[in-house]
Order: sequence, then structure tokens, then C-alpha cells
Amino acid sequence: MSTEARKPPPQIALKIRRIMGGKAGWNGVAVQFAFAAILGWIGYEIVSNARANLENQHIAAGFGFLRNNAGFDVNQTLISYTGSDTFLRVFVVGLLNTLVVSVVGIFFATVIGFIVALCRLSPNWLLSRVGEIYVEVIRNLPLLFQILFWYLAVLAALPNPRQSISLFGIAFISNRGLVVPSPVGQGGLEPFLAVLALGIVASLALRFYARRALFQRGQVIRIWPSVLALLFGLPLATMLVFGLPFTFELPQLRGFNFAGGSRIIPEFVALTVALSTYTAAFIAEIVRAGILSVHKGQMEAGSSLGLSRGATLRLIVVPQAMRVIVPPLTNQYLNLTKNSSLAVAIGYPDLVSVFAGTSLSQTGQAIEIIAMTMGVYLLISLLTSAIMSVYGWRVSRSLGA
Amino acid sequence: MSDVISSNFVRRDLLAERPAPVKTTGFIGLMRTRLFNSPTNILLTILGALLLWFTIVPSVKFLMVDAVWSGKDRAACLTENAGFAVGACWPYIQAKLPQLIYGFYPEAERWRVNLTLLLAVVLLLPLLIPRLPAKSLNAGLFFVAFPVVAFFLLHGGGIKGFGLSWTAGLLQLFDESIVGAGQALLTSSRTSAIGPLLWGLGSLIVLLGTVIHWLIFPLTWLRDYIQGTGQPVWADFAVTAAIVCVIAFVLGGGVRTGGRALASSIATFIGIAVVIRLLDLDHGGLPIVTTNLWGGLLVTLVVSVTGIVTSLPIGIALALGRRSTIPLIRVFSIAFIEFWRGVPLITVLFFATYMLPLFLPGNFTVDGLVRALIGIALFTGAYQAENVRGGLAAIPRGQSEAAAALGLSWWKTTSLIVLPQALRHVIPNLVNSFISLFKDTSLVSIVALFDLLGSLRASFADPKWSTPSTAFTGFAFAGIIYFLFCFGMSRYSLFVERRLNAHRRN
Repeated sequence: MSTEARKPPPQIALKIRRIMGGKAGWNGVAVQFAFAAILGWIGYEIVSNARANLENQHIAAGFGFLRNNAGFDVNQTLISYTGSDTFLRVFVVGLLNTLVVSVVGIFFATVIGFIVALCRLSPNWLLSRVGEIYVEVIRNLPLLFQILFWYLAVLAALPNPRQSISLFGIAFISNRGLVVPSPVGQGGLEPFLAVLALGIVASLALRFYARRALFQRGQVIRIWPSVLALLFGLPLATMLVFGLPFTFELPQLRGFNFAGGSRIIPEFVALTVALSTYTAAFIAEIVRAGILSVHKGQMEAGSSLGLSRGATLRLIVVPQAMRVIVPPLTNQYLNLTKNSSLAVAIGYPDLVSVFAGTSLSQTGQAIEIIAMTMGVYLLISLLTSAIMSVYGWRVSRSLGA
Repeated sequence: MSDVISSNFVRRDLLAERPAPVKTTGFIGLMRTRLFNSPTNILLTILGALLLWFTIVPSVKFLMVDAVWSGKDRAACLTENAGFAVGACWPYIQAKLPQLIYGFYPEAERWRVNLTLLLAVVLLLPLLIPRLPAKSLNAGLFFVAFPVVAFFLLHGGGIKGFGLSWTAGLLQLFDESIVGAGQALLTSSRTSAIGPLLWGLGSLIVLLGTVIHWLIFPLTWLRDYIQGTGQPVWADFAVTAAIVCVIAFVLGGGVRTGGRALASSIATFIGIAVVIRLLDLDHGGLPIVTTNLWGGLLVTLVVSVTGIVTSLPIGIALALGRRSTIPLIRVFSIAFIEFWRGVPLITVLFFATYMLPLFLPGNFTVDGLVRALIGIALFTGAYQAENVRGGLAAIPRGQSEAAAALGLSWWKTTSLIVLPQALRHVIPNLVNSFISLFKDTSLVSIVALFDLLGSLRASFADPKWSTPSTAFTGFAFAGIIYFLFCFGMSRYSLFVERRLNAHRRN
């Protein structure tokens, strides 16, 4: 005959108290009520003041203005846009411009950042000093200072289009910006793109298959020759069959400006250069810290297993360093995207410049426009942090922690 | 014991000298081990030297060798007049220096700016040197007293009342707003579907307002009486000082232990009286210099110092709120922090410039500089909150458990045990955020405030000094100033970090 263990008392009152007031109990509930009352009061003040002020200035609240005609031009558009388009279209144009400068900036920042990090880690004393000077100088100057420096000093000092600096006769740099050849699609474009996409998908599938073979059967499959053939050989063969996919239209100097080619506006050049060099300094430090965080013993253990130096780096050091590098690196990418809003200082038509700047001064709809602008950036950063927490969860799961 | 080995070998002649080991220290050693030890390394050394050659040499040439050092206007800095390819045009900086430092601050009043800067340096330096004593007094002076004095020095103007009048005015404003909200509820209750509920709530709020009105009646009556006397500021000052001293004495423990609190509050009020007397605040104070005349380095420093002073309390409050177990407060803190951290500073400044005035009562205008300061304080506060939270997380649980075992309340645990340790931990991070704040102050030039960068940009437009090298000279000058400030702060943060981690070094 055994006595059953008694159930613990339910303590419902305690649980309710805990849920409603935290550790502070009923005091916490009281604090919350007071806090909610204060928030409510502030909210009431804001709403009533805003309503009165908007009435005084004869501004109709609401998002109806988005359907009105904008009536101003934008000097760089990725989608077709004219002055008679709506403010909603202006919003999209600005957003796309922000995204394009961010993506280009992120690409160059990563490349420069890794190069500088390698310089700083190099055993060569002089090169590591050069890397250090770069990082210290760039990090200790404000970004806006650097943007204005590139725009007002360096790009303004370039010669006019007639005396522009030629890069191998293909691209031209002048104070009107950078003129590069523009690709013009030919007959072979569609088959070329289709084959290229096919090659990429096939290579990914091949890699997936090879990894499964490695992990399940211990079978090493060498895939790089076939991947090379898929990615380069196949498109080349298509090109021979269907003709060139596209040709380049070279820019030509006509009169005072260039004809043909596509022009990249100087604001874009200045912004990209400043953003990528600035962020690169931070990325360099992150990469350096990540690689230094891998213990020396890992490298030694790798070589004691008979792996070559390259294989040790590729299979042992870099994966461990990436775990440290990726979260702050994403943070820097996010910072770059947010910093691209400084474009408004030099008139690059990004979201803040055309929407929170020009559109705001034309319509006066401050609340709606600034809320939309902030919302876009907030959405981007929340999405990024959501992705990063999934990544962190996967990393901690793969470590078995 | 007897079988001693007789054939002990003793060497009779010296060994031949071995060659000295290859030197690995000193300049030669450095060259041998780190610069020229392999063909790749030699190549890399040449690459590094080339990089330096093509950056350092032209900069030095521009700043020193080819520079023009004196002149009256742009003519001195033109190649055809100077006779050589002109580098930096330093007379331009000399001519624009007052504008870059003071903006359009009236020339006769610039001693006030200098005095403020001097005060800041005198208060800040002892705070930064860890060996000097009286840190809490020093910090109190720098973070609380100095901003107030600096405001009256830089902006000028006087006061019409003191603590009592301000308290009474604030409470009255609060009371009026509550009554207004209640009235609004009452009027909307007539048309709403949930009319009775709104009516009840509205009446309750109006009743609350009336009760507050009668509660603060002695205060408002005293205020009106004081304002009627001939010396309102000093009368108000005396009353406030007496009330605060009595409260401090009672809270400090009465006759038994309250002497200390009484003495310190009396000392504080004597200090305040001296400041009021010196700056003549009771008779209108110094002539007012409106903030649209401020500019240059002055604005940069004002914005960054105000930013750090105001963002730290906001950050501490948010960090404590985020770690709180009370649901509403935690959720609010998380939302607040993540919101401000998720948006770029420039949109925050746009928010403060265009949206904030709409949220305030119509008769209440806020100065442009103050608007930017509010935006920056909120923005930086969110970042500081994350710094402080890192420090709070680093404090072991045992500390607060020990405090609880001693019977300390939450407030005492936090303010006496946890926060001092947490803040000490995060000093390097706080300094790092101060560096980024200092750099970010340049953004205020976008919302039409003339900080150092804004003044520089404005000075480019002067036709008297427009030469091909003007822009480069200006950027070189401003760059050197920014670099000195930021680099100095980052070295200081490294120094503090090393000092804090002294016990961890092997």
C-alpha cells in the first residue's frame, strides 16, 4: 500500500499575481496602472494637440495625398517616372534608390573590409600598419564629413566632361559623374539567361547531392569540374549556337556631354564611395576579431590531422570565425542601409531625400510621411534581426548547446 | 663508497665560439623577421611602401610644403599669383576661424563661450583622471550643475521665480490638462454609444482635477504672494531653500543623523545663490543670444555634451525597465528601445523638426536647437540603454540576492549595489557611444543648424575665398579637429578598459 504523492496546491492567486505584476506582485499592478494612465495622458495630449495644430494649418490628415501628382523630377530612377506621377510612385522610386545604393555599398564595403582585415592580420609589419592607419583614420571621422568630402572636394575637383579622365577608353570620370558602357540585349539573350539559370540550379543540386554522399556514406565526390562546366561551359556553348547575348554600347563624347552608355550620377558615386569605405573600416575590425577569436590550437590540430594549410583554413578556421563574424557583420550591413539616408545632404534621391524631404515640403503631411519613412527603416531592421535570431538559433543548435 | 670513478672528464680547453644568433629584436630584427623574410613578404612590403608613398607624401606636400600661409583674400591662394601649384590655403582658415568656432555669436559676447569651455575643461579633466578623489561631487557638478550654468552663460536671460514658482506652475499645467481631458470625455459622452461609461470616466477625471486643484492651492497662493513682493526671485529662493532643507533634514534621519543631509543641501543652495548673484539672474541676467546665432564647434560641443548628459538617465531608466518583471513596463521599454534603434538618426531629426511641433500645444514653440537635442537624446538614450543593459547583465545574481538578504528594497539594491558596479563595467562602451554621438552631431547640419561641418559648408559659398584648394583646406582643418576629439576619446576608452581589466591580466 503506497501513498500517492500529493499534488502541489494550485496557488492560482499567486500565479495571477505573478502574471499581472511580475515579481513586484500587486505593487507591480499598481505601478502598471499608474504607468498606463501617464501613457494615456501623454497620448491624449499628443493627439489633441496634433488635431488642433493640423486644423490651424488647414492640413487634412490621412494618406489621400499619396494619389496626388508629385510635380517634381527625380534625377535617378530605376522605374519609369515623370513629374506627373503620384507621390506613391515617388515613395517607390526613393525606396528603390535607397536599396540600390545600399546593395552596391554593401558589396564594396565587404570587399574592402576583407582586404583591409587581411592587411591588418598580415605578418608583414608595414602592411599591417597601413591597415591600422586606414581603420583609425576612417573610423574617427564622421560619415557625413566623408560624404561631403567626396562630393564637394574630390568629385567637384574633377575636370568637366570634355577633359574627363578615361579608363581604357571604356568608362569616363568627370564632374558630371561616371559614364560606363551600357549593355544592349541581342537575340541570344533569352536562351543565355535560361541556360545560366539552369546551370546555377544544377550546380546547387550537385553540391547538395555531394554533401549528402559525404555525410551519409563517407564518399568524397569531386564536383568542381562539373560545376565549372555547368556555369561557364554551357553558357559559352549557347553563345556559340544562338549568338552574343548582349553587346556594350560605348559612351562617346559629343559636344559638351556624352552620348550613349549609361551615366552614374556623381551623388551616387560619392555616396557609394563614402559609405563603402566607412563601413569597410568597421567590417575590417569585425573580421579581424573573428579570425583572431579562433584559438591557435585549432590550426595546429588541423595540421596534426594532416590537412593542408588551405584546407585547415577552409574547413576549420573560417567556419568557426564566421560564427563570430556574421552577427556583427549583418549589423554593419544594417547600419550602412540606415546611413544611406545621409544622401539627403548631397541630394542623392533616396527615400529620405525625395520623400521625407521634397514631398514633405510640398504637401506638409509631416506625420504621415515621416511615419512611412521611419516604418520602412524599422521594417528592414526588424526583418534583419528576425533573420539573425533564426541564424543564432541554428548556430547554437548545431553546436549542441 | 670506495669505487669512486676516477676517470672524471674535465675539459681543459675552451670550446670554439658559436656565431651569435640571428638578431630578432630592434630595427634590424624587425626588418629581417617582419618585412623581408620571404619573397612574398618583400612584395607586400613594397606594396605597403607604395601605398604610403602615394598617400602620405601628397598630403604632407599639400598641407605643408605647397601651402600658402598668409594673405588677405583668394588672390593669395591662386596659382597664377603664388607662382607655384598651391596646396592648402591657410589664410582662408584664419579668416573663417571665428565662424568655424562660434558661428555668428556676437563678437562682444564671445568671452561667455570661452568661459563655458574653460569651465567644462576644468570640471571634466579631474573626472577623467581615475586617481583624483571626490568623483561623485565632481560628476554631480559636471552632469547637473554645469549644464544649467552653461545654459545661462551661453543663452543668457534671467529667471522670474525659483523652485516654488516652477513647481506650482507645472502642477497647475498638469491639473488644467487633466480637467481638459475630462471635459473632452464629458462632451464626447453625449454622442457616443458607450456614453454612460465615458460620462462616468470623464466625471471621475474632472473630480480628480478638482481635488488636485485644491491640494495645490496653498502652493499657487504662495506663488502669487511671492510674485507680488519686490524681490520675487530671492523670496522664492529663500522659501524653496527652507522647504528643501527641512525635507532633507527629516528624510536624512532628523536630529540624529540628518545633519549631513542638511549641510549638503545648505551648501548646494549657497552655490546656487552665488551663481544667481554672479550671473545677475534676478535682474534679467546676461543679454540673450538666440540659438540661431550659435554655430561652429560651439554647436557641435553643445549638442554632444547635452546628448550624453540627457541620454544617460534615459538609458538607465530604459535598461532597468527592460529588465523589469512588470509586464507593461518591460514591453514598453523593449518597444521604445527597438523603435529608436531601428530608424536612422536623420529620420529622427526630421521627426523632431517637423513632427514634434505638431504634438505640442499651439502656443508653445520650441527652439530649433532644442528640437534637435530632444531627438538626439531619445535616439542616443536607446543606444545607451543597450550598453547599460549589458553592464546589468554582467553583475552576478548573488549581488542582488545578498542585498535582498540584508533587507534592502529594490530601489536601494539598484542604486547602491547593482548600478554602480554595472556602470563601472560599461564605461568603455559609454565612451564609445559618446564617440559615435560626437560624430553623429554633424547630422544636425541637415536640419539647418550650423555645427562645425555646417559652418564649413557655409564658408565654401563665400566668393571672397573661392579657390580650387578651398574645399580641401576646409575639410583638412575640420577633419583634424574631428579626428583629435574622436581619437582622444577612443584612446581614453582603451585606457579605462585596460584599467578595469587589470585584475584579469596575467
